[in-house]
Amino acid sequence: MAEAVLRTEHLSKHFGGLAAVDNVSLEFFTDQIHAVIGPNGAGKTTLTNLLSGELICTSGSIYLDGADIAGLSADRISQRGVGRSYQKTNIFLPFSVFENCRIAAQSRLNSSMRFIRRALAYREVVREAERALEEVGLEDRAQVPAASLSHGEQRQLEIAMTLATRPRILLLDEPLAGMGGEESAHMVELLQKLKPAHAMLLVEHDMDAVFALADRLTVMVDGRVLESGPPEAIRASAAVQEAYLGADEESHQ
Amino acid sequence: MGKLRPGTIILVVCLLALAVLPWFAEKYYVQLFTKMMIMAIFAMSLDLLVGFTGLVSLGHAAFFGVAGYVLAFAAPEYEAANLWVSLPLAMACSGLLALVIGVLVLRTSGIYFIMVTLAFAQMVFFLFHDTEFGGGADGIYVYAKPVAAIAGWEPFTLENHTHFYFVVLALLVLVYTGLRILLDSLFGRVIVGIRVNEHRMRSLGYRTFRYKLACFVLAGVLAGMAGYFAAAQFGFVNPETLGWHQSGSVLMMVILGGMGTLTGAVVGAFSMILLELGLQGLPAIGGMDLSKHWQLLMGGFIVCAVLLLPHGLLGLGRTASRLRRKPAEARDG
Repeated sequence: MAEAVLRTEHLSKHFGGLAAVDNVSLEFFTDQIHAVIGPNGAGKTTLTNLLSGELICTSGSIYLDGADIAGLSADRISQRGVGRSYQKTNIFLPFSVFENCRIAAQSRLNSSMRFIRRALAYREVVREAERALEEVGLEDRAQVPAASLSHGEQRQLEIAMTLATRPRILLLDEPLAGMGGEESAHMVELLQKLKPAHAMLLVEHDMDAVFALADRLTVMVDGRVLESGPPEAIRASAAVQEAYLGADEESHQ
Repeated sequence: MGKLRPGTIILVVCLLALAVLPWFAEKYYVQLFTKMMIMAIFAMSLDLLVGFTGLVSLGHAAFFGVAGYVLAFAAPEYEAANLWVSLPLAMACSGLLALVIGVLVLRTSGIYFIMVTLAFAQMVFFLFHDTEFGGGADGIYVYAKPVAAIAGWEPFTLENHTHFYFVVLALLVLVYTGLRILLDSLFGRVIVGIRVNEHRMRSLGYRTFRYKLACFVLAGVLAGMAGYFAAAQFGFVNPETLGWHQSGSVLMMVILGGMGTLTGAVVGAFSMILLELGLQGLPAIGGMDLSKHWQLLMGGFIVCAVLLLPHGLLGLGRTASRLRRKPAEARDG
């Protein structure tokens, strides 16, 4: 198999005495969706934040194309081709849907220290934004303010903004959170479409979606990797059944 | 060309009124409007930070005042400074000061940013207040207005109040237009993005610190331009021009007019100075001399304006139309 685009080695993050992420070693390949599941507080979002540079790890390494990127700031990691979406929708609410994507695409210019020429005159940026909107199917909503989109559409916009930065790796933190059935199906379809050109980390609670999408599945509990492997193997794992899938069922009773 | 919006028409009418004012008004009013336009440039420079980038600075007067001092130092006693040398010099000094202060204060945000900008401005204040080189607490006179001579040829003379007025009007238009262009540029989009959601800007790959710093320096340079002409007009600089009173008062102009719009800053500056004059001119009613308490009335007015007009004076229309629309929205919801 080809070399991993993104790889962590013994990655740990401590908050005081709490090990939110504890000795996690994972690999992410292009054309592969790597889903990370686990109960609340398992450290999934912290892991995402470490990979995107929003948190700095306590120990361990993160390799992007073989180079250690641990300690780099979020903007630099983004510039190196890592795009992320947020669990809690994180967009520019007062801007139009189009402008949300345009500003995302603009980030790929060498510099935005350009003071005179109109932003809309940069045709390639505009085209890139339009392409991202088409990809997620929001092109008809381009001119409305992002604040007036439905929750599901905002989630789609979140992905479109990430795509407008032309990432090679997508870190998706619960892209299906709070979505209805039809919207979820749409998103699953979108992620499948994006898979061939991207390496993907998918943090998700929707098990139907996870098993439909994941090529590789990692179960995290208390910051540690409990089990990692092909989805079928994980589904059959007794430890996982007990620690997570089983416990989940019990809590629903 | 787009359609002419009512706002554009009002803007053009106001500009024309300003352009013909010196032919109809007495010297006192010409000078008053000159002062208002200078403060409008100052307010626009602050609005760039507060209203567009989301950086609430309570130390903006430092850059305004320092430029005035530069003019005072540039003018040898009883001699006039050259405009073409001293103005760029004053603006550069303000910009340099903004760069130094900006590098330090932009590491903080929110309430800490407000406090640290205030602290730095007070340091500059006391630097001039407690040392002798700038005349201490008394300040220094600028005996003569700068001369605009280029190799012996003088296109205008600032000693003439009408010339002074038109120079400031031209600069007001220039700054306004320049900022309009800036805000529509790539840089402008970035700073507004930072105000709306700086965290997301960073995760999209923007090094937001750089853009905030560039904006802070630019705002400082423009405040310096205003401060230079203010000092030239008053013929006097003292530490008050860079104190926190001044910073607070220009911030109030921005808030009163409506943050985040350039016209708002201009309207705020004009209305605040007019209001101040109006209140100071109030007659005594009964045994109470209202004009003596003008600051109290001014405070009350600003409190009301902030409470009742969330978008400032310029947002009057928006606020009114929202109030009218409310019942319908409630029905739809």
